[in-house]
Amino acid sequence: MGKTLSEKIIARAAGRDSVQPDEIVTVEVDLAMIHDSGGPRRYWKTMQEMDVGVWDRDKLVVVSDHYVPAKDIAAAEILQLTRDFAAYYDIPRFHEAEGIAHTIMIEKGYVRPGMLYVGGDSHSLTGGAIGSFAVGMGSTDMLRIVTTGTTWLRVPHTIRVVLDGSMPRGVAAKDLILTMIGDHTMAGGLYKTLEFHGSGIEAMSIEERSVLSNMCAEIGAKAGIVPADAVTRRYLADRGIEQDEPYPASDHDATFVDTWSYAGTEVQPVVARPHRHDDVVPITAAGEPPIGRAYIGACTGAKYEDLAMAAEVLQGRSVAPNVLLQVAPASRAALQRAIETGVASRLMEAGAHILPTGCGACPGIGTGVLAPGEVCISTTSRNARGRMGSPDSEVYLASPYSVAAAAVAGRVVDPRAMLTEDAA
Amino acid sequence: MIEGTAWKFGDNVDTDVIIPGKYLILPANEAAEHVMAGIRPGFADEVSPGDVIVGGSNFGTGSSRESAPRAIKDAGIAAIVAKSFARIFFRNCINVGLAPVECARADEIEEGMRVRVDVDNGRVEILDTGQSFDAVRLPEEIASILEAGGLVPMLKEQFRR
Ligand code: SF4
Repeated sequence: MGKTLSEKIIARAAGRDSVQPDEIVTVEVDLAMIHDSGGPRRYWKTMQEMDVGVWDRDKLVVVSDHYVPAKDIAAAEILQLTRDFAAYYDIPRFHEAEGIAHTIMIEKGYVRPGMLYVGGDSHSLTGGAIGSFAVGMGSTDMLRIVTTGTTWLRVPHTIRVVLDGSMPRGVAAKDLILTMIGDHTMAGGLYKTLEFHGSGIEAMSIEERSVLSNMCAEIGAKAGIVPADAVTRRYLADRGIEQDEPYPASDHDATFVDTWSYAGTEVQPVVARPHRHDDVVPITAAGEPPIGRAYIGACTGAKYEDLAMAAEVLQGRSVAPNVLLQVAPASRAALQRAIETGVASRLMEAGAHILPTGCGACPGIGTGVLAPGEVCISTTSRNARGRMGSPDSEVYLASPYSVAAAAVAGRVVDPRAMLTEDAA
Repeated sequence: MIEGTAWKFGDNVDTDVIIPGKYLILPANEAAEHVMAGIRPGFADEVSPGDVIVGGSNFGTGSSRESAPRAIKDAGIAAIVAKSFARIFFRNCINVGLAPVECARADEIEEGMRVRVDVDNGRVEILDTGQSFDAVRLPEEIASILEAGGLVPMLKEQFRR
């Protein structure tokens, strides 16, 4: 019987010929990522007590993104400890304030097709955009991986997601994944792999694919894989990584427990309403609520293409006087490219406040958090009560187009109107 | 055997409300005082050791922060009985030595009821009504981590050898 991509990758990492869904296996991971918030500060002391070091310094990536730039002394100490850890174990791939871990792992070509990759963060699924089996885990699981390179996994069942045809202008991967979350609820993919297929996916850039993989976390999934293809090969080649071998894929007779199908042309701009990311409605049915804050940030919402989408809407327009639009680029590379292409100046001319790269207000840890009563529309991934600051603030989740359009209108509106206007 | 009072929560309890982001800067033991700050402030003071949290489906969804189950355990909660768990949260519970008990009929348990939880045999009993429900038994590989008191004691034992 055929095997899914997840089963193949897990079997290889477990040193087995094949594995079955629901089986628990021990695997050797190919790549691991830890960050400043859930990383060394949580277990370096334990490592010293146990008198063990890092299992393989070349397979570990350390990123400081949650607490950069330090807003107080306690944050500075967390960054210092992370820096000391990287220096002590001589970790070659340590990145502080260079971007959000999930974006860096892809942008720098660290994650590769077919890898079993584990990150110490719930959005580590992002690596699935490159065709890896990418999962997130908590601190103590990462302690085991950092010191032994192994972990246990329950082999997931796979749901096939098909996007037939490309989506119209003004509609982004964020709209597709929010639509999926709305249709299937935040527990709809619990413990499963979501594997993406169809002509709409094949035509999608790696950055847009990474939005899908990233937010499979919001549907409860273990992994969100876009099988590697010609787009992946080109993306890696652009980073000097030449791969000739065929990429692993699911067999055509593999067992999928379900299929979720979407027609590209029917996907429309949507928003997730406060305080549930699965309370999703078409943006035209949201009732145009007024907003005072627009936030373009996070691993899922502030890569170069996200900034470019926002700039497309903001070009020749201004942010409404009562709105604060903040942009926290997902990486230094994203910002640099936005500067080179003029995207950054279009954002700034419209009145955007550019924040440093990092997690920023997304987890309510960094700068740009919300006060009680503030209503925000955001390109981030979650809107649980208090996620971005005060428990009495409200967050709508939407695409970069929709967030930019809301910043201009001062309320939640359909961004397509602003895109057709300049086409006319 | 675990025996205590049930504290009831709903579906999709997010780790962002169990330990809001602003407390993550604190060391784990200090963060514990703020457990459930986003949904039921003052919870840590109300709980007695051995009490049980009862949740709906997808308990512990969201961020991978291990501070969430750690804070629940530090508050004195001995087990979480829920219809289902978010996967990282489930692992984190095992790793900090807090029993996650998956029970399809968890929603029949009311706030304040006395419950008895048999983790090894997969049973949940409501002492007030005498009802008894099946729960999912943990696979051996996972139960052994819980029995060791969590993943750190287990690793310490491994590295000692
Ligand atoms: S940007 Fe937000 S979702 Fe992404 S890693 Fe940082 S805190 Fe998590």
